[in-house]
Amino acid sequence: MSSAQSSTMTWHDWLASETPTSRVQALSSRVYQSIGAVTANPAAFTGLIIISILILIAMFAGVITHGVSPYAQILAERLAAPSTTHWFGTDELGRDIFARIVYGARVTLTIVLLVSILVAPIGLAVGTLAGYLGGWVDIVLMRVTDVFLAFPRLVLALAFAAALGPGIENAVIAISLTAWPPYARMARAETIAIKNSDFISAVVLQGASTARILFRHIVPLCISSLIIRLTLDMAGIILTAAGLGFLGLGAQPPAAEWGAMVASGRNVILDQWWVATIPGFAIFIVSLGFNFLGDGLRDVFDPKKS
Amino acid sequence: MSDATIENSQMQTTLRVLSFVGTLLLTFIGLTAVTFFISRFMAVDPVLGVVGDKAPQAVYDKAREAMGLNQPIPIQYLSYLSKIAVGNFGKSVMTSHPVLEDLLHFFPATLELATIATLLGVAVGVPSGVVAGAKKGKWPDQVVRIVGLFGYSIPVFWVGLVCLFIFYGKLGWVSGPGRLDIGYDDIVTAHTGVILIDSAIEGEWSVFHNALSHIILPASILGYFSIAYIARMTRSFMIEQLSQEYIVAARIKGRSFWGAVWKHAFPNIMVALITVIGLSYASLLEGAVLTETVFAWPGLGLYITKSLFSADMNAVLGGTLVVGAVFIGVNALCDFLYRIFDPRLSRA
Repeated sequence: MSSAQSSTMTWHDWLASETPTSRVQALSSRVYQSIGAVTANPAAFTGLIIISILILIAMFAGVITHGVSPYAQILAERLAAPSTTHWFGTDELGRDIFARIVYGARVTLTIVLLVSILVAPIGLAVGTLAGYLGGWVDIVLMRVTDVFLAFPRLVLALAFAAALGPGIENAVIAISLTAWPPYARMARAETIAIKNSDFISAVVLQGASTARILFRHIVPLCISSLIIRLTLDMAGIILTAAGLGFLGLGAQPPAAEWGAMVASGRNVILDQWWVATIPGFAIFIVSLGFNFLGDGLRDVFDPKKS
Repeated sequence: MSDATIENSQMQTTLRVLSFVGTLLLTFIGLTAVTFFISRFMAVDPVLGVVGDKAPQAVYDKAREAMGLNQPIPIQYLSYLSKIAVGNFGKSVMTSHPVLEDLLHFFPATLELATIATLLGVAVGVPSGVVAGAKKGKWPDQVVRIVGLFGYSIPVFWVGLVCLFIFYGKLGWVSGPGRLDIGYDDIVTAHTGVILIDSAIEGEWSVFHNALSHIILPASILGYFSIAYIARMTRSFMIEQLSQEYIVAARIKGRSFWGAVWKHAFPNIMVALITVIGLSYASLLEGAVLTETVFAWPGLGLYITKSLFSADMNAVLGGTLVVGAVFIGVNALCDFLYRIFDPRLSRA
């Protein structure tokens, strides 16, 4: 390629090139094309926008609420209907529901992040080890996985949360303990498909240790499908967390957690509908966002399952 | 076929059945191990629950010994296992009945709810899934997709509250929480524990009507989640079948499009549907936990959550174990039926 031609080359041409000339170009063109594919899929794009808004709301909670605290109780204004001063009304302690919804985004994001951080490594470790080593390691690990998979998720999370005591950290642990088995199954299936390929034999012949093969060669290849699956599961995680919160086993008062907020409006639903209804919409919209994104990602990156 | 090969295939069948039963047993034992593990790691000291926190050390130690808590963990686990094997889950602190008795008392209510919801799920979910699969990409498909996405995104406890507010509070179309109005309690004797059946047996149609107006809302809400799941799965099975060559062959022979869908493709997805319906039924038995709480429905879920708040661990773990066992049982049953009805699997 002559220099005259490359000077007229646009960014798009460079990024969309079929024959990358450097690692940087290859990587950036992959990112560029993925972003293009995701934004071209309406479901994924909608999901992406909802989740971006959620993240922005969580980051700039103080600015959005104009400094109104989610904990400030104004008992004189308790159970006030939605108005220009209180957009979503106030709850039974006179706290501004709009501020609590906005700050609740932080709680939801925290739970989602912590569960992902816990679940992904457990699933990857169990799955890749079982798949790569095979034999009795595989049998034992997969039996344990099957036992956890056979459990009804919410009931198990309930029992764990009850045993550990209520609280957001324990809810996260309880959800993670029940959420990892599908990831282990998936990582195992992928590892088995990968482990007999030539490039793994090549690194084995070069003398790579088992740990190196697992961490440097197998785990990176399992990550993309893990992320898609995690995105699809996010809605389920949010709903389980909200369910635990609703039962009083999640975030404890006065924390602004959407599930607990629905529970607090339960007794006044017939007269003050907004207390329980509005936080539920927040849970619904965020879950829908993650479902849209996960569905879209699966369509884009895994055409055979769509 | 010679005698030797018949004997060989019989032995293989026996081996398969044995490994099936073995796996099932192993899963059950795993289940008990997890509930035992939970009971060991719980935040509340069970001894303090008995003697109180002001008891002198000697009394505390004695109670601890009497409860077997000074034994090594594996011994404790074995004694726990031997108690469970004879159905002894201990006594519930809340109701002061044996936990097993309580569970049997509360189970029919959950069963009633989950069964009606599943019937709804099958009646609506299967046909709409078939149509969505046959009309892939057209509007029926989009409707099923949206119904599915909503079903996976709506918090069930919230939609329960909102529906109570609208249909009970504002419109008055249905009755409120609970299984019956107070005036109708204790009119029919419990033959099965399922009020709709009991009242029908005794011909108490006013009770039947009242029970129906109570169950219709929670059952429809659970039914919606069942429809979402069953329709989505039916759709993907249908798409897979319709892309096969035998469908093309049937069409060439002059079968109408819908004839090919219902007479050729549908029978082939029925086996896979058994598993899906079974899984959805089992998950409704657990999913009912939140719905039962919202609708004050006196089933297993409400029992477990109520016990949770009176720190009644015997009841919580007993309930968890039973729900888990039902879950595993239904899964195994589906697996078994699948093997029976699918000739490829029973010979493989």
